[in-house]
Amino acid sequence: MNHLTLARPHLSRRARAIWIGLVALLGFGAAGMVLAVDPVELQDPALQARYRSLSHELRCMQCQNQSIADSPVGLAGDLRREVRELLVAGRSDDEIRAWMSERYGDFILFRPTFSWRTAWLWLAPGVLLLLGVGIAVRIVRQRAALAAVAGVEDDDESLT
Amino acid sequence: MNRFLLPLGAFVLLVVVLAIGVSRAPEKSVIPSALLNRPAPQFLLPQLGSATDFDSRRMQGQWYLLNVWGTWCVGCRTEHDMLLEIQQQGRLPIVGLNWKDEDGAAVQWLQELGNPYAYVALDREGRVAIDWGVYGAPESFLIDPAGVVVYKHVGPITAEVWQREFLTRLPPPAGDGSTPLAVPQLPPVGAVPPAAVAGAGAAS
Repeated sequence: MNHLTLARPHLSRRARAIWIGLVALLGFGAAGMVLAVDPVELQDPALQARYRSLSHELRCMQCQNQSIADSPVGLAGDLRREVRELLVAGRSDDEIRAWMSERYGDFILFRPTFSWRTAWLWLAPGVLLLLGVGIAVRIVRQRAALAAVAGVEDDDESLT
Repeated sequence: MNRFLLPLGAFVLLVVVLAIGVSRAPEKSVIPSALLNRPAPQFLLPQLGSATDFDSRRMQGQWYLLNVWGTWCVGCRTEHDMLLEIQQQGRLPIVGLNWKDEDGAAVQWLQELGNPYAYVALDREGRVAIDWGVYGAPESFLIDPAGVVVYKHVGPITAEVWQREFLTRLPPPAGDGSTPLAVPQLPPVGAVPPAAVAGAGAAS
């Protein structure tokens, strides 16, 4: 009992630390959202939604591991401006993606289009999965066969 | 025996794939241009030292180098002496695309370091650079007389790069190579138009 009451505040202190950590993490996330690099909003909410998703799909060519929506770099801002203008001009999402890859290559698309050059990118995971499943099935069958044999041997042993 | 063959095979495959990846790592940061072997984008931009705009179509019918630069770009300073040397060699004119820069700063830069450019087009908003797929300065494009992008180099041109990547793509020089190209000369940078000078004044 005494032990428990002693242990409790200790535990709760740890729990509190964890909670503080989690809340701090959430806070950082929220701060990141507040400090979003792109303050520009389009008038039309539908266009704004498409603008949001498109700018998250396009790679910032200078930083390479950020989308143009997340990057404060000058070129990313210029590319966002182009996306906005193309949207307002009534271009479709696919047309805008094509417009970008015409200039910067497929590399600018975080979700590459399916072509003979990118086919392996799209197909490799499926092929590897099938391969893995095939190997797993074979191993399981072999093990099952072995276990059956071993089981028979066990029975034999228990009989003697 | 067969039990070890598959993992060993997989391991060897992995080693080969990784070895290729590691040996090619330095090129990874350089993204191949989508413009290669395609017509260079045309553009019309204000130019430094002239009241008339620069029309890229005037470069049709000759080899030229399009060099993307800015006074804010460290690599461009590194490259500058090489550009001056290329201009001295006279094998082809260099068109400067001054990317997202201030006119005044550009004028000052060329006055201080020398002007290797036959023309300097001012891409103040960075739109032409996007058409050319530019993602970092300096970048240099080699364009043939048909207006096709033959080669793109990202980063400063060094003597070695010039020799290996550009000169090998150019046709051999006509005659003994001593005849300089008929490159329209940019007026001395001192004689820039009032607008640019005013810009320089405002910048300093």
